[in-house]
Amino acid sequence: MPREVEPPIVQREFVLTALKESIRIDGRQLLQGRQPQLIFGDELGWVECALGKTRVIARVSGTIGRPRPDRPFEGSFTIHSEISPMASSVYEAGRLSEEEVLITRMLEKVLKRSDAVDREALCILAGQQVWQIKLTLHFLSDEGNMLDCACLAGVAALRHFRRPEVEVVGEEVIIHDPTERAPIPLSIHHTPICVTLAFFEDSEHPIVDPNHLESLLMDSQLNIALTHLSSSTSPTLCVFQKAGGMPLTADEIRNCVEIAVRRARVLSEWLEKKIKGDWEGRKASIEVH
Amino acid sequence: MSVVLPGDIVLARPNAHSALKLGPGLLQISSPLSLSSGDDPIIATRPGLLKNIGGKQWWVERNLVRYTPSTGESVVGIITAKHSNGFRVDIGSAHQASLDELAFESATKRNRVNLKIGALIYARVCLAHRDMEPEIECVDPTTHKSDGFGELKSGFMVTCSLGLARSLLSNSHPLLRFIGARFPFEVAIGTNGRVWFKASEVKQTACLARAIEWADGEGEGLSEGAVRKWIEANIDV
Repeated sequence: MPREVEPPIVQREFVLTALKESIRIDGRQLLQGRQPQLIFGDELGWVECALGKTRVIARVSGTIGRPRPDRPFEGSFTIHSEISPMASSVYEAGRLSEEEVLITRMLEKVLKRSDAVDREALCILAGQQVWQIKLTLHFLSDEGNMLDCACLAGVAALRHFRRPEVEVVGEEVIIHDPTERAPIPLSIHHTPICVTLAFFEDSEHPIVDPNHLESLLMDSQLNIALTHLSSSTSPTLCVFQKAGGMPLTADEIRNCVEIAVRRARVLSEWLEKKIKGDWEGRKASIEVH
Repeated sequence: MSVVLPGDIVLARPNAHSALKLGPGLLQISSPLSLSSGDDPIIATRPGLLKNIGGKQWWVERNLVRYTPSTGESVVGIITAKHSNGFRVDIGSAHQASLDELAFESATKRNRVNLKIGALIYARVCLAHRDMEPEIECVDPTTHKSDGFGELKSGFMVTCSLGLARSLLSNSHPLLRFIGARFPFEVAIGTNGRVWFKASEVKQTACLARAIEWADGEGEGLSEGAVRKWIEANIDV
């Protein structure tokens, strides 16, 4: 089926009636998001993130090339996020859907424009050779809220990735093989976490992390990306995206940001733990006798 | 029960067995070298589990998600368009089905049934051929009574795999029976993998939705004990 059938009247009425009683069909609380799962691949920089049944794979790779002529001291960081029909049969390969545009735009803002990755640290030889980092996102399954899942997978992959160590002797560039010298991580300024809230016209409460049915029936959504979430510093608002939909008052927006801060904090701590856990598991294999 | 793949020879010399009935997924291919039709082997044309009743009726069973309509099955459909002489209904198959406006109990040209786009109906497939658009009706063909078919009002619908929908139809499946012991509800099971249900409270209907999703994840051979355990853990009404 190339075009998704509109959900029947019965679904819409039931979801709205349930929301009035603060009940969500999958049993979650209104402000409760799904617990994500991260699987780190054998290859460094390959991460699969699952939010319930929504699954996204993120892959980071690096090549060496020439820098942009107007920015000779910076490397490049590009994001490829095309939704293929694997995620759902409603997405057509090659045709840009509305959801894909929203996701791509948000990911650009969260990961690229917010300078999460330090591009100046990617420079090897000014004006001649720089690292070109590419983040590719594969959307495997769409059960709602692919954006949060993609963002989580993306930042985890960026933190997980290690690039070969490069030595510059005069004008000569020596790239050390990862088996000779341990590869080094990317220089990452901050780890943004994205939280999505959905709004319904008849209900005054927003819901966090909508699933597929709720995404089809919602009237507007709000995507908030937050960073600097360790308990010592106060959180920083990174990106705030609301593309159309219902109008919100200032109080409602403040409330939404507070909800997002709470969820982002929990996710950030969990992400740090998972990254550390995976790295501990890998250290054992680098011992040289 | 064994797993067969397309092309697997199920029975090399069926002549030794008398009067076998072949169901979906099995075919007796005629080869030019065979002396009689009894030497033609029976091969599987679909992957799945080979099942039989009494050694006489054989078929290949598999659990699918995409529905192919066949005559006589009851399905849950969504009205997508209204035409001058009927409706177009989405039943989850490759083609949308057509529902004649007179295929309802007590419907005449003057007294037309009023169904909105997006309404849910429970209907019976009366014509299903793989090259044609399927046709459905909301009456029992012999008695011309609605017999449970017709519009499904309020409640909630979930999609599940075809295998689960078929097994839910049998009385021996523990899931709906045990939940029915906790609270009363109405249910309409479509063999196209759609199940509609309605309970008196929103919470109960949401529980039913979760129960069916859980059962779908468990796979075949759901034991009564597992169902009881899930109900204890998840249903508190």
